[in-house]
Amino acid sequence: MGSGLIQKLSTDLHQPLSKHEALVESDRCYFCHDAPCVTACPTGIDIPLFIRQISTDNPLGSAKTIFDENIFGGMCARVCPTETLCEQVCVRNTAEERPVKIGELQRYSTDQMMNTGKQPYTKAAPTNKHVAVVGAGPAGLSCAHRLALHGHTVTVFDALPKAGGLNEYGIAAYKTVDNFAQREADYILSIGGIEVKHEQRLGDAFTLESLKADFDAVFVGIGLGDVNDAGLNADQYKNVENAVDFIARLRQSQNPADVSVGRRVIVIGGGMTAIDAAVQSKMLGAEDVSVIYRRAQSQMNASTYEQELAQTNGVLLKTQLQPKSLIAESGLVTGVEFEYTEVQNNGLVGTGETITVACDSVLMAIGQTLSEQAQQSELELANGRIQVDEEQRSSDAKVWAGGDCASNFEDLTVAAVQSGKLAAESIHRALSNKSA
Amino acid sequence: MVDLSSNFLGISSPNPFWLASAPPTDKETNVVRAFEAGWGGVVWKTLGEDPNIVNVNGPRYGAIYSADRTLMGLNNIELITDRPLQTNLDEIARVKKDWPDRAMVVSLMVPCEESNWKNIVKKVEDTGADGLELNFGCPHGMSERGMGAAVGQVPEYIQMVTAWCKQYSSLPVIVKLTPNITDIRMPARAANAGGADAVSLINTISSIISVNLDTMSPEPSIDGWGSHGGYCGPAVKPIAMNMVAEIARDPETANLPISGIGGITTWRDAAEFMTLGAQNVQVCTAAMTYGFKIIDELTTGLANWMESAGYNKLDDFVGKATPNVKDWQNLNLNYIAKAKIDQDACISCGRCHVVCEDTSHQAITSTVNGERRFEVIDEECVGCNLCVSVCPVDNCITMEQQTSGVDARTGKPINPNYENWTTHPNNPASAG
Ligand SMILES: Cc1cc2nc3c(=O)[nH]c(=O)nc-3n(C[C@H](O)[C@H](O)[C@H](O)COP(=O)(O)OP(=O)(O)OC[C@H]3O[C@@H](n4cnc5c(N)ncnc54)[C@H](O)[C@@H]3O)c2cc1C
Ligand SMILES: Cc1cc2nc3c(=O)[nH]c(=O)nc-3n(C[C@H](O)[C@H](O)[C@H](O)COP(=O)(O)O)c2cc1C
Ligand code: SF4
Ligand code: SF4
Ligand code: SF4
Repeated sequence: MGSGLIQKLSTDLHQPLSKHEALVESDRCYFCHDAPCVTACPTGIDIPLFIRQISTDNPLGSAKTIFDENIFGGMCARVCPTETLCEQVCVRNTAEERPVKIGELQRYSTDQMMNTGKQPYTKAAPTNKHVAVVGAGPAGLSCAHRLALHGHTVTVFDALPKAGGLNEYGIAAYKTVDNFAQREADYILSIGGIEVKHEQRLGDAFTLESLKADFDAVFVGIGLGDVNDAGLNADQYKNVENAVDFIARLRQSQNPADVSVGRRVIVIGGGMTAIDAAVQSKMLGAEDVSVIYRRAQSQMNASTYEQELAQTNGVLLKTQLQPKSLIAESGLVTGVEFEYTEVQNNGLVGTGETITVACDSVLMAIGQTLSEQAQQSELELANGRIQVDEEQRSSDAKVWAGGDCASNFEDLTVAAVQSGKLAAESIHRALSNKSA
Repeated sequence: MVDLSSNFLGISSPNPFWLASAPPTDKETNVVRAFEAGWGGVVWKTLGEDPNIVNVNGPRYGAIYSADRTLMGLNNIELITDRPLQTNLDEIARVKKDWPDRAMVVSLMVPCEESNWKNIVKKVEDTGADGLELNFGCPHGMSERGMGAAVGQVPEYIQMVTAWCKQYSSLPVIVKLTPNITDIRMPARAANAGGADAVSLINTISSIISVNLDTMSPEPSIDGWGSHGGYCGPAVKPIAMNMVAEIARDPETANLPISGIGGITTWRDAAEFMTLGAQNVQVCTAAMTYGFKIIDELTTGLANWMESAGYNKLDDFVGKATPNVKDWQNLNLNYIAKAKIDQDACISCGRCHVVCEDTSHQAITSTVNGERRFEVIDEECVGCNLCVSVCPVDNCITMEQQTSGVDARTGKPINPNYENWTTHPNNPASAG
């Protein structure tokens, strides 16, 4: 049964645009003045310009326009929730509820540039400054690339064996097929001047103190290492798993068919991770997959588009239900007891009424947090994340932070890229003794 | 029900849409398909003398497109018919006999000698065709042999050949004009003086449509070389319409019937040509782009418009715009208009702002009270219409005439009286 579905895991969610499609679509862009789409893009790509370069058959020039602001333009073209970013405010959305397909056009040109294997940049002369970057996710590599462009030497430390962070271990398989995350990381690193050291964990192999002593500056982009605890004592059951671990296992498996999910899967949560875990469970062959969320559907962190994607893939969305307890038999969870919720005095409360949903496995997707170890470092925190200013500077003058582990920006790939870029510019100014 | 039937020089056709002399009218098969589709008439592909000319055996067309590959302009290096004269004459006779209610005009181009023209008009008359069109327009290939545009650029030749044709034939004679000339009134006057029953215009415009940047050859490329060709299609319509109007309002040719040609693609294009003085129209590129079926859009579109505008027959609107075409110096300088933006229709693309700011009069805001908003500043707006021309939303910006009060830009009261440049104080030659 599952084999046709399993193919969807390795099939692009959107097929790449052909040249003809790209020309027709690019013609729809009005080349707006002070374009709203640019303002809505967290990395501020000059969208009207890159689209015009497509329409004039200059895809490499177009790709450079994109990479100038966002070196992960290829991944962002695939994973950005454009429906809540650039495409939401496109004036053609206002005009006829059909925005220019900015994301797909962005993929069209970046694919072509990456296929040349060349980067459109020359590095500045060496500065003899050496910067440590912790974390090889989008924040860390974006920072490293920009630093290398400015002539600095960069060493990247990452706890895991592969670069890319959640691009490699977290993003849904059908958004980044054909090993794209690794190809992109290799492409970005080909600028030179960046050494990546794998399986080097901050806190084990080295500390913030040792990095500060050995390097001229430090950037921290370690993402969110821990997951929230629902307080259900789930650890003792092997058919209850964190959704992020399940997805990482799936992304790293040689043969997805070997990744087991039960016939009936419950995903608890309401964000992008919950949706991705549910859709991929379905593609793995699960019969009944429900995403169960404690608030209203309109309050889900997953965008309307993502919700619809789940529904068209046969995932059931159930809301106003909070998990109360796990029901187990001989060491395996066989069902989850939920309590109905409602809003009272602006707060969510249980109504006392409960329902039990039977299942073969449970995936927990109730949010990630900064790892405990990072929380205990000497850096100041804000809302549980490393506190940074608008230049990504932490409370320590030698340390910058960005991406999910930092206190500003949303948890999105494109936001991580922007924060890494901002940090690199700030580090560059500091190392060149220039004021902002 | 409106009546679309047309009578041009006594040649009747069920509608005013003829196919221009070109590939669509090159042979019986095409013309029969056209008549089956509903076209009112044809001007048969230009005939010449035997031995028939030859065409290149490679690409003969080139095009320019909008980005979604809508064809905007077509260029060709085709010559006149490349089939034997008698083959064409036989087919013309047969088609006319089978389709008596459709217009059958035959286009001709032979060397500039009286005997040649005398000879060929006789042969055409024997086919039963309704009229003659003299091709003085083809800008390539034939002109280098002293025919086509080479004749059309010399008014004396036009008059001479026209007079021969009138002398040796009883058929109506239409002279087809080339636009590759400085003042279109000169060849039209010459045709008139030669006794032409009508002029048709325009033929194609000399052009190089594109250069292949890899091979460095102009397109269409024949073995690495190209040659200038004739340009036609939607892009040439404005040039053609001006030429039609110039002839229609020239006192010397005001009564000379015109068949309008050049870029006609929709019913609206046709209606515009006809309001400027064309009694009927001819179409080539649009048919070559979309096939003959567009005739259904042309006829129904024109009929629906006539119905809604209260015109019962073609004569009711032919030439209605001609008297409104004036020389610049006669335009009313006291007419004041300013742009107005319909904020509900505006999609905030900002194009009107940036073009006015960069290239015109800094008369459109980009923000109002810190909000993205595009409004016209009456104190700066000269009413130039650039913003209307670039706004992507139909009817979002309109030009509003100001009939009373003070022009906010000049501070001067609106003057209701007509005054033009001829009497303006800044005009050194002014009488006033
Ligand atoms: C399942 C899932 C799906 C998502 N889907 C989307 C999507 O479709 N679109 C979108 O825009 N965003 C999506 N996101 C969010 C997006 O992936 C993140 O916002 C983004 O990856 C954050 O980048 P980062 O560089 O800050 O962190 P990460 O990508 O998490 O990278 C952190 C890196 O640091 C390394 N690291 C961690 N701790 C240490 C340590 N102590 N020492 C050394 N190295 C360490 C990790 O190995 C990793 O390589 C998704 C997230 C998840 C979890
Ligand atoms: C391929 C081609 C061949 C043409 N051949 C002739 C011709 O033989 N005789 C002629 O009078 N005009 C010829 N024309 C000109 C057309 O009749 C017409 O005047 C011109 O194309 C403008 O009209 P349009 O814009 O509707 O195409 C030709 C045009 C094209 C495209
Ligand atoms: S808002 Fe839409 S139309 Fe305007 S520049 Fe951006 S993509 Fe183009
Ligand atoms: S249009 Fe027809 S004849 Fe001309 S090149 Fe194409 S296929 Fe050949
Ligand atoms: S060009 Fe038209 S749609 Fe665009 S901002 Fe101006 S008025 Fe609005």
